Amino acid sequence: MTTTTPSKVAGAADYLDQRTSIGTVVKNFARKVFPDHWSFLLGEIALYSFVVLLISGFFLTMFFVPSMGLTTYHGPVASMDGQLMSEAFASTLRLSFEVRGGLLMRQVHHWAALLFMAAIVTHMMRVFFTGAFRKPRELNWLIGCLLMILGLAGGFTGYSLPDDVLSGNGLRITDGVVKAIPVIGSYMSYFVFGGEFPGEDIIPRLFSLHVMVVPALILSFVGLHLLFVVLHKHTQYPGGGRTNTNVVGFPLFPVYVAKAGGFFFVVFGVLVLMGGTMAINNVWNYGPYDPSPVSAGAQPDWYMLFLEGSLRLMPGQAEIVIAGYTLSLNVLIPAMIIPGLLFTFLFVYPFVEAKVTGDKREHHVLDRPRNVPVRTGLGVAFLTAFIVLAVAGSNDLVATHFHMSLNAITWILRILLFVGPVIAFWITKRICLSLQRKDRELVLHGHETGKIVRFANGEYIEVHRPLNEQERWLRVNYDAHRPLEIEPAEDSRGVRRKSYKQDRRWQKLSRFFYEDRVEPVRPSELHEVQGHGELEGGPVAAELNS
Amino acid sequence: MSELNKNASNDIVASHGDKFTDPGIPAHKERMSDKDPAAAKRAEHQSAFLFTLSIIGTITAVVVYFAIRPEGTVTSVRNANLALGIAIAFALLGIGLGAIHWAKALMSDHEVIDERHPIVSSDEDRAGAIEALEAGVKDANIGRRTVLKGSAVTALGLFPLTIAVPLVSSVGNDWDVSKFRHTLWEKGKRLTTDPAGRPVKASEITVGSVVHIIPEVSEEERASHAWISEKAKAVVLLVRLDPKDLKETEERKSWSYDGIVAYSKICTHVGCPVALYEQQTHHLLCPCHQSTFDVADGAKVVFGPAKRALPQLPITVDDEGYLIAQDDFNEPIGPSYWERLK
Repeated sequence: MTTTTPSKVAGAADYLDQRTSIGTVVKNFARKVFPDHWSFLLGEIALYSFVVLLISGFFLTMFFVPSMGLTTYHGPVASMDGQLMSEAFASTLRLSFEVRGGLLMRQVHHWAALLFMAAIVTHMMRVFFTGAFRKPRELNWLIGCLLMILGLAGGFTGYSLPDDVLSGNGLRITDGVVKAIPVIGSYMSYFVFGGEFPGEDIIPRLFSLHVMVVPALILSFVGLHLLFVVLHKHTQYPGGGRTNTNVVGFPLFPVYVAKAGGFFFVVFGVLVLMGGTMAINNVWNYGPYDPSPVSAGAQPDWYMLFLEGSLRLMPGQAEIVIAGYTLSLNVLIPAMIIPGLLFTFLFVYPFVEAKVTGDKREHHVLDRPRNVPVRTGLGVAFLTAFIVLAVAGSNDLVATHFHMSLNAITWILRILLFVGPVIAFWITKRICLSLQRKDRELVLHGHETGKIVRFANGEYIEVHRPLNEQERWLRVNYDAHRPLEIEPAEDSRGVRRKSYKQDRRWQKLSRFFYEDRVEPVRPSELHEVQGHGELEGGPVAAELNS
Repeated sequence: MSELNKNASNDIVASHGDKFTDPGIPAHKERMSDKDPAAAKRAEHQSAFLFTLSIIGTITAVVVYFAIRPEGTVTSVRNANLALGIAIAFALLGIGLGAIHWAKALMSDHEVIDERHPIVSSDEDRAGAIEALEAGVKDANIGRRTVLKGSAVTALGLFPLTIAVPLVSSVGNDWDVSKFRHTLWEKGKRLTTDPAGRPVKASEITVGSVVHIIPEVSEEERASHAWISEKAKAVVLLVRLDPKDLKETEERKSWSYDGIVAYSKICTHVGCPVALYEQQTHHLLCPCHQSTFDVADGAKVVFGPAKRALPQLPITVDDEGYLIAQDDFNEPIGPSYWERLK
């Protein structure tokens, strides 16, 4: 037994290698090093919930009928018995109540979609706040942004498939938004719905997008995303021994095979637990789509709340008529321009930051968010705007839960959308600078020990314990970037430079980023402080010790 | 304390160029399972226990699948779903947690260092790449053949039209967007209740009440798909107010009947059904984006993202006292679009 097994494995390996040269791949990748940190799991959660989406989604396609053909329902849901409904809605009821395990798979699928988007968004936050998007990873950041948008597209197309009242009203809103597009809006609406809303085509169309186009695109971009991770090698948090030219961590085989493989099962397990214990989107309570009824307090899935909120906040006065043509700015601004601005910020930020930093180096060690106060402030400002919009998407629920006037809440949120991000930016930046000063303070003066000592001359001091070298390294090892220096307006021969004005603008932006900064402590500074004997290592402490 | 003293002075001396030096990777800390064979054994047992839980979970899931047959009620399906979900969760979490515990407690936790190399290709490779491309261009012999290049690029640029044109022109169906202006309402069409389709007499509507209205069509027509698209435009909300509360313009005085007014139920913002009526204020609220319309005052917008008032359906009664439409809406219902006023 013991002799045959290895030789069988070796034989199989040899067979494979002769046909695939897999030996080279295994040699290069088996012991590839990945750093360890809980925040690196966020992207993994996104990946694994996507796999769960594929598994549960495949199950659902076996039973779902993507058709708007009308049928009379007869089945276990008593309240729906004998009702006229689309095949799509009837098959959703069938796969929930007559296919054993079907309801579980539907709920797992929906929860996985919510988790997928949540993991993507938090993963993006991690990447943003730690500066992981810097060279050479800018392209991978763009791919990530694209994946987030594809995730929204996947969620939107899937949400509408059951053809229930709630999602039908969602489609009706889509129709309204599409019609608001100048010049071609009405034709776009026909393009989407194959005629007048709702028509008979939209469900089959969304179905092909949802089960073929969107997942194929997500899968390809996920592949590219991961390829880049392997090529660039993972970033690492700052700390002793972690430099820009190495990566410190654990080998893929066996540690990450077990940890990451195990984590897939944990994510899957948690999603199945959610699907088993927490009901979601009980479409049989809403009924099949009918253009007339609507329920109060209807909410989209969380990742669409910001768009919904944006629509809710916009005052109607913005709709204007130009030469007899209607321009619905009250719809265009919230539904296209606001999300357009948000996405544009995400897409261009890495390039703007690189430009104002004047930085062309590769970065593999992450920033501590406090060490780049303006970036951190901008990120929090962005999130504030996103959250204000999301809360606005639930303004009716806020009103009923807190017994407040809906109009007052809407007005507060309208103002907060503009004021909130500015305040959030300012507060965050101040907190970052304070934390940096606190770091300086710690490095220079050490930890407070609570020990009070009286000298012979009657002077009291508190003894401070110096930081150990790991603690200190973490706090002094960063770049405090300075604003860009630009060439003077005239060159040495007194000729005006053409690009001077443009350079000036970049310099202004650069000042906004780096005017306020806290420099890391230098050894000479520390030495000087120690000379004063405040630290235990200093001469006074030495005197005390002796 | 003496150790700290040493630390503090040493690396200040070691630093150069007024920069601190990297202290290197922190010393490895031994885990319980590294120091104590009994602890290692315990960790092994814990992982094995978790894998066993998974096995039990899988078996339970299969048993539950066959054993619990929902008897066709929502509650029984819920219970079967709960049992199956918990069993499968055990099957999955057992594997996951077992593997992670194994990795964390028993696999080597000595950090390993890999060198990084700049992402950029070596100068040699870059030169080689340029050389390869130049050789290819030379072999292709396209240097001066502008006609060949031009025609190839044009052909490639044009061919997608063969698929795009039929696709785009077919998916919009008939492209007749003037349909937006017309609904099923016409002169003499009875107002019937939604969804029963029962005609409504003016006398049966009390002051303050609201009726959801659809145009009168045959039972068969209402079972067709075309009806849903028509209904999406034709739904109306009927409200009876005290005539003295009603503010009406001169031209619309004849559009109401004895305090009964009928307005399109489709929001002029993005098209949700405006269904929440508040009797005290005569306000009609859209539950989607909270546009608020004043039914007593021509359904004008009083708050929210909509700009225009809800279109009014002119109504009257026929000889038998049933409410009927005088005509179709005099403007397109629902959300605004570019050529709405044309």
